[in-house]
Amino acid sequence: MSDYTKEFLAMSKAYEASGGDPASLSDGRIAGLMVSHRRILRSNDAPGVRIEGEETPTGVKAKITVDPGVHVERPVHLCFGVLPKEGTQEIVSEFLVGEGAKASFLAHCVFPNAVKVRHVMDARIHVGKHASLEYSETHYHGEEGGVEVLPTARITIGEGGSYRSLFKLVQGAAGELRIDYEADIGKDALCELDARVYGKRNDAIRIKESLFLNGEKSRGLAKSRIVASDHCTSEVVGEAVGNAPGARGHVDCVEIVRGKDARVSAVPRLLVTDDRAKLTHEAAIGSVDKKQVETLMARGLTEEESVDVVVRGILR
Amino acid sequence: MLDLVDVGLAVVGRQILHDINLHVLPGEIHAILGMNGTGKSTLASVIMGLSGFSPTSGKVVFQGEDITALSISGRAKRGITLAWQEPARFEGLTVGEYLELGRHGSPGGGPPPGECLLMVGLPPDRYLQRTVDATLSGGERKRVELASVLSMEPRLSILDEPDSGIDALSLNRILDAVRILARNGASVLLITHQNEIAASADRASSLCGGTILKTGDPLAIGRFFRNHCRECPHGSVPHGEVPLHE
Repeated sequence: MSDYTKEFLAMSKAYEASGGDPASLSDGRIAGLMVSHRRILRSNDAPGVRIEGEETPTGVKAKITVDPGVHVERPVHLCFGVLPKEGTQEIVSEFLVGEGAKASFLAHCVFPNAVKVRHVMDARIHVGKHASLEYSETHYHGEEGGVEVLPTARITIGEGGSYRSLFKLVQGAAGELRIDYEADIGKDALCELDARVYGKRNDAIRIKESLFLNGEKSRGLAKSRIVASDHCTSEVVGEAVGNAPGARGHVDCVEIVRGKDARVSAVPRLLVTDDRAKLTHEAAIGSVDKKQVETLMARGLTEEESVDVVVRGILR
Repeated sequence: MLDLVDVGLAVVGRQILHDINLHVLPGEIHAILGMNGTGKSTLASVIMGLSGFSPTSGKVVFQGEDITALSISGRAKRGITLAWQEPARFEGLTVGEYLELGRHGSPGGGPPPGECLLMVGLPPDRYLQRTVDATLSGGERKRVELASVLSMEPRLSILDEPDSGIDALSLNRILDAVRILARNGASVLLITHQNEIAASADRASSLCGGTILKTGDPLAIGRFFRNHCRECPHGSVPHGEVPLHE
Protein backbone atom coordinates (compact mmCIF):
# COMPACT_ATOMS: atom_id res chain seq x y z
CA MET A 1 0.00 0.00 0.00
CA SER A 2 1.44 3.40 -0.98
CA ASP A 3 2.03 6.20 1.50
CA TYR A 4 -0.70 8.18 -0.23
CA THR A 5 -3.23 5.39 0.21
CA LYS A 6 -2.26 4.87 3.83
CA GLU A 7 -2.65 8.56 4.56
CA PHE A 8 -5.93 8.78 2.67
CA LEU A 9 -7.34 5.83 4.60
CA ALA A 10 -6.14 7.22 7.94
CA MET A 11 -7.73 10.59 7.17
CA SER A 12 -10.93 8.88 6.04
CA LYS A 13 -11.04 6.97 9.32
CA ALA A 14 -10.61 10.16 11.37
CA TYR A 15 -13.17 11.87 9.14
CA GLU A 16 -15.67 9.12 9.85
CA ALA A 17 -14.97 9.38 13.60
CA SER A 18 -15.84 13.07 13.39
CA GLY A 19 -19.24 12.24 11.92
CA GLY A 20 -18.40 12.49 8.21
CA ASP A 21 -19.39 9.96 5.58
CA PRO A 22 -16.13 8.56 4.14
CA ALA A 23 -17.91 7.48 0.95
CA SER A 24 -18.41 11.13 0.09
CA LEU A 25 -14.62 11.61 -0.07
CA SER A 26 -14.30 9.34 -3.08
CA ASP A 27 -17.61 10.16 -4.74
CA GLY A 28 -16.80 11.87 -8.03
CA ARG A 29 -20.13 13.71 -8.05
CA ILE A 30 -19.27 15.55 -4.84
CA ALA A 31 -16.96 18.52 -4.90
CA GLY A 32 -14.39 18.32 -2.16
CA LEU A 33 -10.96 19.03 -0.83
CA MET A 34 -8.96 16.85 1.54
CA VAL A 35 -5.80 18.19 3.13
CA SER A 36 -3.58 16.12 5.38
CA HIS A 37 -1.12 18.37 7.14
CA ARG A 38 0.40 20.26 4.17
CA ARG A 39 -0.51 17.80 1.46
CA ILE A 40 -3.58 17.88 -0.76
CA LEU A 41 -4.86 14.31 -0.91
CA ARG A 42 -7.93 15.01 -2.95
CA SER A 43 -9.40 17.93 -4.85
CA ASN A 44 -12.51 17.40 -6.89
CA ASP A 45 -14.69 19.83 -8.82
CA ALA A 46 -18.37 19.40 -9.55
CA PRO A 47 -20.59 21.19 -12.06
CA GLY A 48 -20.52 24.88 -11.10
CA VAL A 49 -18.00 24.34 -8.29
CA ARG A 50 -14.28 24.87 -8.83
CA ILE A 51 -11.61 24.14 -6.26
CA GLU A 52 -8.12 25.47 -6.80
CA GLY A 53 -5.67 24.24 -4.19
CA GLU A 54 -1.99 24.90 -3.78
CA GLU A 55 0.42 23.43 -1.25
CA THR A 56 2.53 25.98 0.65
CA PRO A 57 5.47 25.57 3.07
CA THR A 58 3.08 25.91 6.02
CA GLY A 59 -0.12 24.41 4.68
CA VAL A 60 -2.48 24.98 1.78
CA LYS A 61 -3.99 27.87 -0.12
CA ALA A 62 -7.40 27.18 -1.56
CA LYS A 63 -9.88 29.09 -3.65
CA ILE A 64 -13.36 27.66 -3.96
CA THR A 65 -15.75 29.21 -6.44
CA VAL A 66 -19.43 28.55 -6.90
CA ASP A 67 -20.55 29.98 -10.21
CA PRO A 68 -23.38 32.53 -10.35
CA GLY A 69 -26.84 31.03 -10.42
CA VAL A 70 -25.65 27.51 -9.61
CA HIS A 71 -27.57 25.56 -7.01
CA VAL A 72 -25.15 22.93 -5.75
CA GLU A 73 -27.13 19.78 -5.20
CA ARG A 74 -24.73 17.89 -2.93
CA PRO A 75 -22.84 19.62 -0.11
CA VAL A 76 -19.20 20.39 -0.83
CA HIS A 77 -17.03 18.29 1.49
CA LEU A 78 -13.89 19.71 3.06
CA CYS A 79 -11.57 17.73 5.28
CA PHE A 80 -8.52 19.20 7.01
CA GLY A 81 -6.39 17.26 9.43
CA VAL A 82 -3.06 16.57 11.01
CA LEU A 83 -2.48 12.94 11.87
CA PRO A 84 0.95 13.10 13.57
CA LYS A 85 1.21 14.20 17.19
CA GLU A 86 2.90 17.44 16.23
CA GLY A 87 2.68 19.88 13.37
CA THR A 88 1.39 23.17 12.05
CA GLN A 89 -1.24 23.50 9.37
CA GLU A 90 -2.19 26.86 7.94
CA ILE A 91 -5.12 26.98 5.57
CA VAL A 92 -5.60 30.22 3.69
CA SER A 93 -8.88 30.02 1.87
CA GLU A 94 -11.19 32.11 -0.23
CA PHE A 95 -14.81 31.22 -0.89
CA LEU A 96 -16.61 32.99 -3.71
CA VAL A 97 -20.32 32.29 -4.05
CA GLY A 98 -21.62 33.96 -7.18
CA GLU A 99 -24.78 36.00 -7.56
CA GLY A 100 -27.91 33.91 -7.06
CA ALA A 101 -25.92 30.76 -6.28
CA LYS A 102 -26.81 28.39 -3.47
CA ALA A 103 -24.40 25.99 -1.76
CA SER A 104 -23.68 24.21 1.47
CA PHE A 105 -20.30 23.13 2.77
CA LEU A 106 -19.54 20.38 5.26
CA ALA A 107 -16.09 20.85 6.75
CA HIS A 108 -14.43 18.41 9.13
CA CYS A 109 -11.21 19.19 10.95
CA VAL A 110 -9.55 16.14 12.48
CA PHE A 111 -6.62 16.02 14.89
CA PRO A 112 -7.05 12.63 16.53
CA ASN A 113 -3.51 12.18 17.87
CA ALA A 114 -2.59 15.77 18.59
CA VAL A 115 -0.13 16.50 21.35
CA LYS A 116 1.22 19.71 19.88
CA VAL A 117 -0.71 20.66 16.77
CA ARG A 118 -1.47 24.16 15.54
CA HIS A 119 -4.29 24.62 13.02
CA VAL A 120 -4.77 28.07 11.54
CA MET A 121 -7.71 28.79 9.26
CA ASP A 122 -7.77 32.16 7.58
CA ALA A 123 -10.87 32.46 5.42
CA ARG A 124 -12.28 35.17 3.20
CA ILE A 125 -15.88 34.46 2.31
CA HIS A 126 -17.82 36.43 -0.28
CA VAL A 127 -21.50 35.67 -0.67
CA GLY A 128 -22.89 37.38 -3.75
CA LYS A 129 -26.17 39.19 -4.29
CA HIS A 130 -29.13 36.93 -3.49
CA ALA A 131 -26.75 34.02 -2.99
CA SER A 132 -26.89 31.60 -0.09
CA LEU A 133 -24.13 29.73 1.71
CA GLU A 134 -24.38 27.33 4.64
CA TYR A 135 -21.08 26.37 6.21
CA SER A 136 -20.89 23.65 8.86
CA GLU A 137 -17.57 22.91 10.52
CA THR A 138 -17.14 19.98 12.89
CA HIS A 139 -13.94 19.32 14.81
CA TYR A 140 -12.69 16.00 16.07
CA HIS A 141 -9.81 16.21 18.50
CA GLY A 142 -7.98 13.61 20.54
CA GLU A 143 -8.18 13.60 24.30
CA GLU A 144 -4.68 14.98 24.88
CA GLY A 145 -5.75 18.60 24.49
CA GLY A 146 -2.63 19.51 22.56
CA VAL A 147 -4.37 21.43 19.82
CA GLU A 148 -4.29 25.09 19.05
CA VAL A 149 -7.15 26.02 16.74
CA LEU A 150 -7.27 29.54 15.34
CA PRO A 151 -10.12 30.04 12.87
CA THR A 152 -10.52 33.51 11.44
CA ALA A 153 -13.16 34.45 8.89
CA ARG A 154 -13.99 37.72 7.19
CA ILE A 155 -17.37 37.40 5.59
CA THR A 156 -19.06 39.73 3.13
CA ILE A 157 -22.68 39.20 2.24
CA GLY A 158 -24.17 41.02 -0.73
CA GLU A 159 -27.68 42.41 -1.10
CA GLY A 160 -30.34 39.83 -0.32
CA GLY A 161 -27.75 37.16 0.33
CA SER A 162 -27.53 34.83 3.31
CA TYR A 163 -24.75 33.12 5.22
CA ARG A 164 -25.21 30.61 8.02
CA SER A 165 -22.34 28.96 9.82
CA LEU A 166 -22.19 26.33 12.53
CA PHE A 167 -18.91 25.59 14.30
CA LYS A 168 -18.91 22.48 16.51
CA LEU A 169 -16.14 21.23 18.73
CA VAL A 170 -17.67 18.78 21.15
CA GLN A 171 -15.55 15.66 20.66
CA GLY A 172 -12.21 15.36 22.39
CA ALA A 173 -10.35 18.17 24.11
CA ALA A 174 -10.75 21.61 22.59
CA GLY A 175 -7.22 22.64 23.55
CA GLU A 176 -6.71 26.32 22.85
CA LEU A 177 -9.44 27.66 20.62
CA ARG A 178 -9.63 31.24 19.41
CA ILE A 179 -12.43 31.95 16.95
CA ASP A 180 -12.58 35.35 15.31
CA TYR A 181 -15.45 35.83 12.85
CA GLU A 182 -16.48 39.14 11.39
CA ALA A 183 -19.35 39.69 8.97
CA ASP A 184 -20.16 42.69 6.80
CA ILE A 185 -23.86 42.30 6.07
CA GLY A 186 -25.39 44.10 3.12
CA LYS A 187 -28.87 45.35 2.29
CA ASP A 188 -31.63 42.82 3.06
CA ALA A 189 -28.93 40.23 3.78
CA LEU A 190 -28.82 37.71 6.61
CA CYS A 191 -25.96 36.33 8.66
CA GLU A 192 -26.13 33.69 11.41
CA LEU A 193 -23.00 32.65 13.27
CA ASP A 194 -23.38 29.72 15.65
CA ALA A 195 -20.57 28.19 17.73
CA ARG A 196 -20.87 25.19 20.06
CA VAL A 197 -17.95 24.00 22.12
CA TYR A 198 -17.43 21.56 24.98
CA GLY A 199 -14.32 22.52 26.97
CA LYS A 200 -12.60 20.17 29.38
CA ARG A 201 -9.42 19.91 31.44
CA ASN A 202 -7.28 23.01 30.80
CA ASP A 203 -8.93 24.05 27.54
CA ALA A 204 -8.94 27.76 26.84
CA ILE A 205 -11.78 29.00 24.64
CA ARG A 206 -12.19 32.46 23.23
CA ILE A 207 -14.91 33.22 20.73
CA LYS A 208 -15.45 36.55 19.06
CA GLU A 209 -18.35 36.89 16.68
CA SER A 210 -18.94 40.31 15.15
CA LEU A 211 -21.87 41.42 13.04
CA PHE A 212 -21.63 44.66 11.11
CA LEU A 213 -25.13 45.40 9.93
CA ASN A 214 -24.20 47.81 7.20
CA GLY A 215 -27.07 47.39 4.78
CA GLU A 216 -30.63 48.61 5.10
CA LYS A 217 -32.82 45.93 6.72
CA SER A 218 -29.85 43.63 7.22
CA ARG A 219 -30.24 40.95 9.91
CA GLY A 220 -27.72 39.12 12.03
CA LEU A 221 -27.50 36.58 14.83
CA ALA A 222 -24.37 35.76 16.82
CA LYS A 223 -25.06 32.66 18.86
CA SER A 224 -22.78 30.63 21.09
CA ARG A 225 -23.26 27.62 23.31
CA ILE A 226 -20.37 26.66 25.55
CA VAL A 227 -20.01 24.02 28.23
CA ALA A 228 -16.93 24.39 30.42
CA SER A 229 -15.84 21.65 32.80
CA ASP A 230 -12.74 20.84 34.87
CA HIS A 231 -10.30 23.79 34.67
CA CYS A 232 -11.56 25.10 31.34
CA THR A 233 -11.83 28.83 30.76
CA SER A 234 -14.13 30.43 28.23
CA GLU A 235 -14.74 33.96 27.07
CA VAL A 236 -17.36 34.85 24.50
CA VAL A 237 -17.52 38.26 22.89
CA GLY A 238 -20.65 38.81 20.85
CA GLU A 239 -20.63 42.03 18.95
CA ALA A 240 -23.27 43.71 16.83
CA VAL A 241 -23.09 47.09 15.16
CA GLY A 242 -26.21 48.58 13.64
CA ASN A 243 -25.18 51.00 10.94
CA ALA A 244 -28.24 51.12 8.72
CA PRO A 245 -31.98 51.81 8.85
CA GLY A 246 -34.05 48.78 9.75
CA ALA A 247 -31.04 46.68 10.67
CA ARG A 248 -31.75 44.01 13.31
CA GLY A 249 -29.10 42.16 15.29
CA HIS A 250 -29.18 39.75 18.18
CA VAL A 251 -26.41 38.31 20.34
CA ASP A 252 -27.32 35.10 22.17
CA CYS A 253 -24.88 33.40 24.51
CA VAL A 254 -25.28 30.42 26.85
CA GLU A 255 -22.31 29.17 28.84
CA ILE A 256 -22.69 26.33 31.29
CA VAL A 257 -20.16 25.62 34.01
CA ARG A 258 -19.67 22.07 35.24
CA GLY A 259 -17.47 21.84 38.30
CA LYS A 260 -16.05 24.45 40.62
CA ASP A 261 -12.82 25.20 38.78
CA ALA A 262 -14.10 26.21 35.34
CA ARG A 263 -14.46 29.91 34.51
CA VAL A 264 -16.71 31.48 31.91
CA SER A 265 -17.50 35.01 30.87
CA ALA A 266 -19.73 36.65 28.30
CA VAL A 267 -19.20 40.12 26.88
CA PRO A 268 -21.93 41.50 24.63
CA ARG A 269 -21.03 44.65 22.71
CA LEU A 270 -23.79 46.49 20.95
CA LEU A 271 -23.36 49.71 19.06
CA VAL A 272 -26.00 51.57 17.09
CA THR A 273 -25.02 54.37 14.75
CA ASP A 274 -28.38 54.67 13.02
CA ASP A 275 -31.42 55.46 15.15
CA ARG A 276 -33.59 53.18 13.01
CA ALA A 277 -31.51 50.08 13.79
CA LYS A 278 -32.27 47.76 16.70
CA LEU A 279 -29.97 45.38 18.55
CA THR A 280 -30.71 42.97 21.39
CA HIS A 281 -28.75 40.49 23.44
CA GLU A 282 -29.31 37.74 25.96
CA ALA A 283 -26.84 35.73 27.96
CA ALA A 284 -27.18 32.96 30.50
CA ILE A 285 -24.01 31.81 32.17
CA GLY A 286 -23.43 29.56 35.15
CA SER A 287 -24.82 26.25 36.25
CA VAL A 288 -27.35 24.19 34.34
CA ASP A 289 -30.86 25.53 34.78
CA LYS A 290 -32.29 23.96 37.92
CA LYS A 291 -35.80 23.66 36.55
CA GLN A 292 -34.59 21.76 33.50
CA VAL A 293 -32.67 19.32 35.69
CA GLU A 294 -35.55 18.82 38.11
CA THR A 295 -37.99 18.27 35.25
CA LEU A 296 -35.87 15.43 33.92
CA MET A 297 -35.32 14.03 37.41
CA ALA A 298 -39.10 13.97 37.81
CA ARG A 299 -39.10 11.63 34.79
CA GLY A 300 -36.78 9.24 36.60
CA LEU A 301 -33.32 10.37 35.46
CA THR A 302 -30.57 10.89 38.02
CA GLU A 303 -29.19 14.39 38.49
CA GLU A 304 -26.05 13.53 36.49
CA GLU A 305 -28.08 12.00 33.65
CA SER A 306 -30.33 15.06 33.60
CA VAL A 307 -27.38 17.45 33.33
CA ASP A 308 -25.97 15.32 30.49
CA VAL A 309 -29.25 15.52 28.58
CA VAL A 310 -29.36 19.32 28.93
CA VAL A 311 -25.71 19.71 27.91
CA ARG A 312 -26.00 17.38 24.91
CA GLY A 313 -29.06 19.31 23.78
CA ILE A 314 -27.45 22.73 23.78
CA LEU A 315 -24.35 21.43 21.99
CA ARG A 316 -26.27 19.51 19.36
CA MET B 1 -51.68 6.18 47.91
CA LEU B 2 -50.37 9.52 49.20
CA ASP B 3 -50.51 10.85 52.72
CA LEU B 4 -49.31 14.23 53.86
CA VAL B 5 -49.09 14.25 57.64
CA ASP B 6 -48.90 17.62 59.42
CA VAL B 7 -46.69 18.99 56.64
CA GLY B 8 -45.31 22.48 57.08
CA LEU B 9 -42.80 24.52 55.12
CA ALA B 10 -41.09 27.68 56.23
CA VAL B 11 -38.84 29.64 53.89
CA VAL B 12 -36.56 32.31 55.34
CA GLY B 13 -38.65 32.41 58.48
CA ARG B 14 -41.96 32.73 56.61
CA GLN B 15 -44.47 29.94 57.01
CA ILE B 16 -45.68 29.03 53.49
CA LEU B 17 -47.48 25.79 54.32
CA HIS B 18 -48.65 24.54 57.69
CA ASP B 19 -50.58 21.64 59.18
CA ILE B 20 -51.25 20.10 55.77
CA ASN B 21 -53.05 16.81 56.13
CA LEU B 22 -54.08 15.24 52.87
CA HIS B 23 -55.06 11.72 51.94
CA VAL B 24 -55.18 10.82 48.24
CA LEU B 25 -56.79 7.47 47.46
CA PRO B 26 -55.62 4.96 44.84
CA GLY B 27 -57.27 5.62 41.48
CA GLU B 28 -58.55 8.98 42.67
CA ILE B 29 -58.49 12.32 40.86
CA HIS B 30 -58.06 14.74 43.71
CA ALA B 31 -58.32 18.46 43.02
CA ILE B 32 -56.52 21.09 45.06
CA LEU B 33 -58.52 24.27 44.67
CA GLY B 34 -57.20 27.62 45.75
CA MET B 35 -56.56 31.20 44.80
CA ASN B 36 -53.23 32.42 43.45
CA GLY B 37 -50.62 32.66 46.19
CA THR B 38 -52.25 30.21 48.58
CA GLY B 39 -49.45 27.64 48.28
CA LYS B 40 -50.74 25.22 45.61
CA SER B 41 -47.54 25.08 43.55
CA THR B 42 -45.48 24.99 46.75
CA LEU B 43 -47.47 21.96 47.85
CA ALA B 44 -46.75 20.28 44.49
CA SER B 45 -43.04 21.04 44.93
CA VAL B 46 -43.01 19.54 48.42
CA ILE B 47 -44.63 16.31 47.24
CA MET B 48 -42.18 16.03 44.30
CA GLY B 49 -39.24 16.84 46.61
CA LEU B 50 -37.91 19.80 44.63
CA SER B 51 -34.82 21.57 45.86
CA GLY B 52 -35.66 24.13 48.57
CA PHE B 53 -39.00 22.49 49.35
CA SER B 54 -38.13 19.97 52.05
CA PRO B 55 -40.84 20.10 54.71
CA THR B 56 -39.77 21.79 57.91
CA SER B 57 -42.31 19.68 59.75
CA GLY B 58 -44.41 16.59 59.13
CA LYS B 59 -43.89 13.84 56.58
CA VAL B 60 -44.79 12.71 53.08
CA VAL B 61 -45.87 9.08 52.82
CA PHE B 62 -46.35 7.28 49.50
CA GLN B 63 -47.78 3.77 49.36
CA GLY B 64 -46.93 3.32 53.02
CA GLU B 65 -43.31 4.47 52.67
CA ASP B 66 -42.01 7.67 54.25
CA ILE B 67 -40.45 9.46 51.27
CA THR B 68 -39.81 12.80 52.97
CA ALA B 69 -36.05 12.48 52.56
CA LEU B 70 -36.09 10.91 49.08
CA SER B 71 -34.61 12.71 46.06
CA ILE B 72 -36.73 13.76 43.09
CA SER B 73 -35.38 10.83 41.07
CA GLY B 74 -36.11 8.46 43.95
CA ARG B 75 -39.69 9.62 44.04
CA ALA B 76 -39.99 9.39 40.24
CA LYS B 77 -38.69 5.82 40.35
CA ARG B 78 -41.48 5.00 42.79
CA GLY B 79 -44.00 6.36 40.29
CA ILE B 80 -44.48 10.01 41.25
CA THR B 81 -44.14 12.76 38.68
CA LEU B 82 -45.00 16.40 38.23
CA ALA B 83 -46.19 18.47 35.30
CA TRP B 84 -45.10 22.04 35.96
CA GLN B 85 -47.42 24.99 35.53
CA GLU B 86 -44.74 26.68 33.41
CA PRO B 87 -42.79 23.74 31.98
CA ALA B 88 -39.07 24.05 31.27
CA ARG B 89 -37.86 24.33 27.70
CA PHE B 90 -34.95 22.38 26.27
CA GLU B 91 -32.70 23.36 23.39
CA GLY B 92 -31.78 20.55 21.05
CA LEU B 93 -34.20 18.01 22.54
CA THR B 94 -37.01 16.85 20.27
CA VAL B 95 -40.50 16.16 21.53
CA GLY B 96 -40.01 12.50 20.60
CA GLU B 97 -36.81 12.27 22.63
CA TYR B 98 -38.37 14.09 25.56
CA LEU B 99 -41.26 11.66 25.64
CA GLU B 100 -38.87 8.70 25.34
CA LEU B 101 -37.13 9.93 28.50
CA GLY B 102 -40.43 9.76 30.35
CA ARG B 103 -41.09 6.33 28.92
CA HIS B 104 -37.66 5.23 30.07
CA GLY B 105 -38.71 6.17 33.61
CA SER B 106 -41.75 3.90 33.47
CA PRO B 107 -41.37 0.44 35.03
CA GLY B 108 -43.58 -1.01 32.27
CA GLY B 109 -42.06 0.92 29.38
CA GLY B 110 -45.02 3.28 28.92
CA PRO B 111 -46.88 4.01 25.69
CA PRO B 112 -44.85 5.19 22.67
CA PRO B 113 -44.41 8.94 22.12
CA GLY B 114 -46.81 9.15 19.17
CA GLU B 115 -49.59 7.56 21.21
CA CYS B 116 -49.03 10.00 24.10
CA LEU B 117 -49.22 12.96 21.73
CA LEU B 118 -52.50 11.73 20.31
CA MET B 119 -53.89 11.47 23.84
CA VAL B 120 -53.31 15.21 24.32
CA GLY B 121 -54.56 16.10 20.84
CA LEU B 122 -51.24 16.77 19.10
CA PRO B 123 -50.63 15.07 15.72
CA PRO B 124 -47.40 13.03 16.04
CA ASP B 125 -46.29 13.69 12.46
CA ARG B 126 -46.24 17.41 13.20
CA TYR B 127 -44.76 17.31 16.67
CA LEU B 128 -42.36 14.40 17.21
CA GLN B 129 -39.48 16.18 15.45
CA ARG B 130 -40.21 19.60 16.92
CA THR B 131 -37.82 20.87 19.57
CA VAL B 132 -39.01 21.39 23.15
CA ASP B 133 -37.85 25.00 23.07
CA ALA B 134 -39.30 28.46 22.64
CA THR B 135 -40.64 27.55 19.20
CA LEU B 136 -43.51 25.72 20.92
CA SER B 137 -46.32 27.96 22.10
CA GLY B 138 -47.22 27.96 25.80
CA GLY B 139 -50.26 25.79 25.14
CA GLU B 140 -48.32 23.32 22.99
CA ARG B 141 -45.62 23.05 25.63
CA LYS B 142 -48.23 22.33 28.31
CA ARG B 143 -49.70 19.54 26.23
CA VAL B 144 -46.28 18.07 25.53
CA GLU B 145 -45.67 18.13 29.29
CA LEU B 146 -48.87 16.20 29.88
CA ALA B 147 -47.89 13.75 27.13
CA SER B 148 -44.57 13.27 28.89
CA VAL B 149 -46.38 12.43 32.12
CA LEU B 150 -48.57 9.96 30.21
CA SER B 151 -45.47 8.30 28.78
CA MET B 152 -44.31 7.50 32.34
CA GLU B 153 -47.52 5.74 33.39
CA PRO B 154 -47.00 7.12 36.89
CA ARG B 155 -48.67 5.89 40.06
CA LEU B 156 -49.21 9.50 41.13
CA SER B 157 -49.33 12.45 38.73
CA ILE B 158 -49.19 15.95 40.13
CA LEU B 159 -50.59 18.31 37.53
CA ASP B 160 -50.02 21.96 38.35
CA GLU B 161 -52.71 23.96 36.57
CA PRO B 162 -52.81 21.85 33.40
CA ASP B 163 -55.63 24.05 32.12
CA SER B 164 -53.74 27.35 32.15
CA GLY B 165 -52.80 28.56 28.68
CA ILE B 166 -55.03 25.92 27.08
CA ASP B 167 -57.82 26.99 24.74
CA ALA B 168 -61.38 25.98 25.57
CA LEU B 169 -61.58 23.49 22.70
CA SER B 170 -58.55 21.58 23.97
CA LEU B 171 -59.69 21.49 27.55
CA ASN B 172 -61.87 18.41 27.15
CA ARG B 173 -58.92 16.60 25.58
CA ILE B 174 -56.80 17.53 28.58
CA LEU B 175 -59.45 16.27 30.97
CA ASP B 176 -59.65 13.02 28.99
CA ALA B 177 -55.89 12.65 29.42
CA VAL B 178 -56.27 13.22 33.15
CA ARG B 179 -58.79 10.40 33.28
CA ILE B 180 -56.39 8.13 31.38
CA LEU B 181 -53.76 8.89 34.03
CA ALA B 182 -56.16 7.76 36.73
CA ARG B 183 -56.71 4.35 35.16
CA ASN B 184 -55.58 1.12 36.77
CA GLY B 185 -55.47 2.45 40.31
CA ALA B 186 -53.12 5.38 39.66
CA SER B 187 -53.90 8.73 41.26
CA VAL B 188 -53.90 12.31 40.04
CA LEU B 189 -53.44 15.42 42.13
CA LEU B 190 -55.03 18.13 40.04
CA ILE B 191 -54.04 21.63 41.06
CA THR B 192 -56.25 24.40 39.80
CA HIS B 193 -58.00 27.62 40.63
CA GLN B 194 -60.93 26.86 38.36
CA ASN B 195 -64.10 25.32 39.72
CA GLU B 196 -64.90 23.82 36.32
CA ILE B 197 -61.69 21.81 36.33
CA ALA B 198 -62.02 20.76 39.95
CA ALA B 199 -65.52 19.50 39.16
CA SER B 200 -64.02 16.73 37.04
CA ALA B 201 -62.27 15.29 40.11
CA ASP B 202 -63.50 12.55 42.43
CA ARG B 203 -62.73 14.63 45.52
CA ALA B 204 -61.34 18.08 46.15
CA SER B 205 -59.57 20.02 48.87
CA SER B 206 -59.62 23.75 49.37
CA LEU B 207 -56.28 25.40 50.10
CA CYS B 208 -56.13 28.80 51.74
CA GLY B 209 -53.36 30.60 53.56
CA GLY B 210 -51.04 27.63 53.22
CA THR B 211 -53.31 25.02 54.74
CA ILE B 212 -56.17 22.78 53.72
CA LEU B 213 -59.50 24.06 54.96
CA LYS B 214 -61.88 21.44 53.68
CA THR B 215 -61.87 18.17 51.75
CA GLY B 216 -64.87 16.51 50.16
CA ASP B 217 -67.13 16.34 47.15
CA PRO B 218 -65.68 18.59 44.43
CA LEU B 219 -68.99 20.34 43.77
CA ALA B 220 -69.37 21.18 47.46
CA ILE B 221 -65.75 22.32 47.68
CA GLY B 222 -66.31 24.33 44.50
CA ARG B 223 -69.31 26.06 46.06
CA PHE B 224 -67.30 26.74 49.18
CA PHE B 225 -64.47 28.11 47.05
CA ARG B 226 -66.82 30.26 44.99
CA ASN B 227 -68.71 31.62 47.97
CA HIS B 228 -65.83 32.20 50.33
CA CYS B 229 -62.46 32.21 48.64
CA ARG B 230 -62.96 34.50 45.69
CA GLU B 231 -62.68 37.44 48.01
CA CYS B 232 -60.69 35.67 50.68
CA PRO B 233 -58.30 38.19 52.25
CA HIS B 234 -56.20 35.52 53.93
CA GLY B 235 -53.83 34.65 51.10
CA SER B 236 -50.82 34.98 53.34
CA VAL B 237 -52.23 34.49 56.77
CA PRO B 238 -49.51 33.57 59.27
CA HIS B 239 -49.41 30.17 60.87
CA GLY B 240 -52.20 29.62 63.34
CA GLU B 241 -54.37 32.48 62.18
CA VAL B 242 -56.28 30.87 59.34
CA PRO B 243 -59.98 31.39 59.96
CA LEU B 244 -62.32 28.46 59.48
CA HIS B 245 -64.86 29.41 56.83
CA GLU B 246 -68.20 27.78 56.49
